[in-house]
This record gives sequence, structure tokens and C-alpha cells, in this order.
Amino acid sequence: MVGCLAVSRRLRFARRLALLGLAFAAFWPALASAQQAHAVPLPREVIVTIDNFSFNPPELTVPPGTVVTWVNRDDIPHTVVAAGKSFRSRALDTDDRFSITFASVGDFVYFCSLHPHMTGTVKVRGAAEAPAAASRATGPAP
Amino acid sequence: MTRKRDETGPDKDGVDRRGFLECMTWAGSGVLWTVAGGAPLGVGLIHALAEQPALSPFSFLQISDSHVGFDKPANPNALATLREAVERIKALPVPPSFMIHTGDISHLSKDKEFDDAEQLIRDAGVPVFYVPGEHDLLDEGQGRAYLNRFGRGSRGAGWYSFDSNGVHFVGLVNVVNLRAGGLGNLGSDQLDWLRKDVAGLASSTPIVVFAHIPLWSIYPEWGWGTADAAQALGHLARFGSVTVLNGHIHQVMQKVEGRVAFHTARSTAFPQPAPGAASSPGPLKVPAGELRRYLGVASIDFVQGSEALAIIDRPLSG
Repeated sequence: MVGCLAVSRRLRFARRLALLGLAFAAFWPALASAQQAHAVPLPREVIVTIDNFSFNPPELTVPPGTVVTWVNRDDIPHTVVAAGKSFRSRALDTDDRFSITFASVGDFVYFCSLHPHMTGTVKVRGAAEAPAAASRATGPAP
Repeated sequence: MTRKRDETGPDKDGVDRRGFLECMTWAGSGVLWTVAGGAPLGVGLIHALAEQPALSPFSFLQISDSHVGFDKPANPNALATLREAVERIKALPVPPSFMIHTGDISHLSKDKEFDDAEQLIRDAGVPVFYVPGEHDLLDEGQGRAYLNRFGRGSRGAGWYSFDSNGVHFVGLVNVVNLRAGGLGNLGSDQLDWLRKDVAGLASSTPIVVFAHIPLWSIYPEWGWGTADAAQALGHLARFGSVTVLNGHIHQVMQKVEGRVAFHTARSTAFPQPAPGAASSPGPLKVPAGELRRYLGVASIDFVQGSEALAIIDRPLSG
């Protein structure tokens, strides 16, 4: 399943928490490692930029639960559309973003419906992260 | 290089019209291009003007790629340059019978963009026949907004035909259901319709086909072509005169292949690079003050009786 998501405030909060955690770890390694054993893995966010009518990187391999965010840096709109129709962005104007969470393994070929010679692939591979982790980032507010 | 027009003029047999098209480009350089017998001939401006046929009672105009809503550095105000184009159309000594718009009316399919474009183009005071570009299908309904506004009486994604002054006009849509890695696409429904649409016409009927993406392979690396164009042209192979008018590439390109003349029009919004001349087909930023030499419209004259058709590309300045 692939779900749409605007990069949520919660995700940013989670990233900040992670940074705090790193800072903490620098000073109290023992405590940090004790915490790590119980830490819930944070969802990874990977950025794909759209420059000069191409997706960069054009091919991406990520573990399940990864949030992939496309950022359009061209001065012309583009879209991100799955060849298998499992997801479709709105038209992304300059600096617009589109994010989805890749929850399950598989190959997802996508293209720009405005300029279909622009193509890319997201390969979702490897052991799934704890489902709780993904739902923490993308699920409804408790 | 300055062959006289009567040496390259239309054949008299009414079928083989290798010389039927006289295609003239008014560019900043002041050179007209005459296409005859499949090869373009550069002709000095004064010489060619002297040989221009008498004004035809029938002409129409092509406008394309107005991209209303575009506001990036290549042209911060696409609505203003569209307005200039419309003013130039209104100033033509003989008003065209109608206009065709070969798509990308809007930049992002927003209601306001369509509103602004439609109102401004209507100001030219002649009927307008539209086909959509891919930028006109970006609403949530993926083209529903375009069809509600411009698609009355059309079929499928907005294709249709009509007759005017003995010429059969066909508006095609090659911007829907595009596939990853692919080119423009007409699809089997539209191709079937086209075959039936022209089935009853005499082969001597001049045909004008217009669609957004070029129906000839200009530069597939940038998607500048239509995957199933050959099938469409196959349905038109028996006609003595076929003119194909496209937009999408924001520059004038032309080719004559047998009895088929291909022509692309300038945008009224921003230029794009020549095929392969840049790393991508993104908007071309030209030096300040030169933009209007790269924008413009095309007018097409039919000279009745001689079967001649002349396309004149008019830049906004230069």
C-alpha cells in the first residue's frame, strides 16, 4: 500500500527529536545506547529533486516505510505519476513538494505526465521496519 | 536560391500538389521561406513580397501555447504578451475568418487562467477552435475543466472536425493517457473516429489537421513527437493536400513530406531551445528586449483555385 501524505509537522518534530537524541548521545553514550535498544526507528525521508526535466536520483532503493519526497526545482511544472497508477501528484509548480510513504516492497516506476520522457523508479527492498514506526509518522493523530 | 515562383508553382492536375504550399516565415532576419517541391528555398524579402499572391478571401490564424499563468523569469507576464498577440491580430489588414488555438491555453489549468485567456482571446473578435495541450489537463478531473469550457460538440478528450470554405479541418488531442517514457498519443478510439470522419470526403478536399504535440518526430528525446501519428497520417494518405499545424515546442519548424506539410507555431508566452541545443527543453531565457522576437502567431491563407496555402509566422516584434 502506498499512501499520500503532506510532509507532516509531526515528521519534522520527529526529525528534531532525532537531532536532540544525537546531541544527547554525544555526551552520554552509555545512556544513549541504553535508549537505543528501546527506540522506535524513525521513518526515513529521502528527497528526489526534479532539475532540468529529470528526476534525481532517477533510481532509488529504500526500505519499506520510507517517505519519498519529490521537490520540483524547475521553472516549469511537473507531476509524479506511478506507471501502475498507484499514486499521482497534482501539478507541482516551482518548489512544490509531493510525498508518499512506500509501505511495502516492490518496484514503482513513475513518470511526469506532462513530460513522459521523464521517468524514475523507487525500489522498495529489505526487511520491513516495525509497522508501528510507519504509522507513527503517517497515521492519523492519536 | 531565388527561383521564381512560377517555376515552383502548384501543379495543374489537381492531385499532385508537391508545390502547393508556400510557407513564409517573417522573422527578425527579414527572410521568407518558400517551401516548394519539398525543399525550402530562402527568398529575399522584397523579391518574395513582390511575388506574394493577391489577398485570399479566406484566411485563418493559428495561436498556440499562451501558458496564461506562467510568471517565471523567461516571461514574468504571459498574459501581457498574449494581449500583444491579440492586438496584432486585431490590427491585421484582413481579419482572419477564425482562429485555431493549438493548446497550452493555461499553464496550470486553473479557472482564473482559463478565464483570463478565454476573455482575452475572445477580444480578437473571431471564432476560436481549441485543442488542449498537456497543461490544460491539470485540473482534478484531468481535463474535465477544459472539456466543460472548450469541448462543446467534441468527442472523447476533445477531438472534432468542421468544414470551412471547402477545407476540412480536424482538431486532434494527443496529450491524454501518455505513458512513461512515451511520446504524444492519439489512441485507437480517436484513430477510428478519424478514419470514419474522412471516409466520405473526395481526395481533392484540402485537409488541415491541428493538434498540440507535433505529429512528426522532431526530437523524441524530449518527447517532441506522437507515437501513433503514422496511423493518423495513413488515414489521410489519399488526400492531395494535407497541412498539419502543431504547437508544444514554442518555435517555428516546418517540413514537407510528400503531400503533407508540417508546421509548428511560436508560443505567445516563452521560447524553448532548439532540439538538443540545451540540456532540457525548459523555458529559454533570452536577452532583455529580445523576447518578442521569439513569440508570435501564424496566419494561413488559402488561395482559392490555385490550391495554394501560405503560412506566415508573425513574431510579436522584429
